[in-house]
Amino acid sequence: MVQMSLSNFFANPERLDRWITIAQSSFLPLVKGALLYSLTLAIVSFFIGLILAILTALARISGIKPLVAIARVYVSIIRGTPLLVQLFIIFYGLPSIGVMIDPIPSAIIGFSLSVGAYSSEVVRAAILSIPKGQWEASYSIGMTYRQALQRVILPQAARVSVPPLSNSFISLVKDTSLAAAILVPEMFRKAQEIVASTYEPLLLYIEAALIYWVICFVLSIIQDRLENRLDRYV
Amino acid sequence: MIAIIDLHKQFHQLQVLKGISLRVAKGKVVVIIGPSGSGKTTLLRCLNVLEIPTSGAVQIGEVKLDFSKKVARSQLPLLRKQTGMVFQNYNLFPHMTALENVMEGPVTVKKENREAARAKASTLLSKVGLGDKLDHYPAQLSGGQQQRVGIARALAMDPKVMLFDEPTSALDPELVGEVLKVMKELALEGMTMVVVTHEMSFARDVADEVIFMDQGVIVEHGHPEQLFTQPREERTRQFLQHLK
Repeated sequence: MVQMSLSNFFANPERLDRWITIAQSSFLPLVKGALLYSLTLAIVSFFIGLILAILTALARISGIKPLVAIARVYVSIIRGTPLLVQLFIIFYGLPSIGVMIDPIPSAIIGFSLSVGAYSSEVVRAAILSIPKGQWEASYSIGMTYRQALQRVILPQAARVSVPPLSNSFISLVKDTSLAAAILVPEMFRKAQEIVASTYEPLLLYIEAALIYWVICFVLSIIQDRLENRLDRYV
Repeated sequence: MIAIIDLHKQFHQLQVLKGISLRVAKGKVVVIIGPSGSGKTTLLRCLNVLEIPTSGAVQIGEVKLDFSKKVARSQLPLLRKQTGMVFQNYNLFPHMTALENVMEGPVTVKKENREAARAKASTLLSKVGLGDKLDHYPAQLSGGQQQRVGIARALAMDPKVMLFDEPTSALDPELVGEVLKVMKELALEGMTMVVVTHEMSFARDVADEVIFMDQGVIVEHGHPEQLFTQPREERTRQFLQHLK
């Protein structure tokens, strides 16, 4: 059965021509969706999420009970519920209590909260991995907690956390496809729209997958370079 | 310069310091010796409040903190700014070059101009014999070199008192000399120093006063000549016997 349809497909030069034409005409819109929305969404959310992650990690290690509790509950809720459901609550759910948020800000909120929760554990472990002597040396030259953190601890923690955070970022780039479900015109939604008019799901979804792959491939090269750069002093 | 008044430090149930009182005059070098667990390192760490004493008071220069009352966190840097600390494990900042390590305090804490701080840091590093290693990262330096950067980093803050916590204990024997030499020069320049060490030769040659601590108290203190040759206390005698 499978064999029959495959041979039908290749025996039909018109279908192949049609595929090539659609692939060509859809390429630019898809890449545009990827760069303009998918990647931008990922970068903005990752940046906000990282700040959230650092704050959450600091709250967790502060030892101040209410802060620890808030951080724990936040991480538990975000990690314990599907990202798609969170996006639906923000975009489709909140309007029923009068909170209307546009698709793109909704996506940014959802993705940032997600990055913040997952990466806070990475950041926390990285901060705790820096020897206590580094804090003491900072204090001994008169630094405050904040100065020690900014100048001494976080730069070293950053080096430790680059590999796991890069993985989070690459996952996030792929997760932005979920934003299609809340009407963000990113690449996957573009692909769905083109499928709706051409009825060529296999072609379009493979094309989208390939573009995600190329982006992630480039990102992993950047990750390697970044790791080498940060390793220069060890 | 330093006045320690009835200092106590307790970790949970454990009494580490049981009422230490000590005065150190300006320009004097005091060496603290004693078996491990005697509280000597804790005493040193109380002087720059890396450990917060349970009770008692510490005065360095003009700054006095009385720990019998509650001391605000914001007050701790006041005492720390009076002191420079040199650690057993150097604790250099690994992501900064030697020069940046020394500049860090003046630039970040004192908000000094970068160029002025750079000039000063490079002078200090030359002084400790590392004028040719300014752009090396700690990982590229030997233990003795790292420790000398540590000394320069502490000096860059213009401390009134320098504290040394077993500065040569982590070093290979052949590297001890270069660090002790820098410390001797510092003493000759009139720096007030408190040194926890096992280097008895340093104590004998440089110290104005040697303090023997055991089990959280000062057992005996005196001029090195007297303490090493005619200790008054039996415990001091036993400790010195073990060293030989």
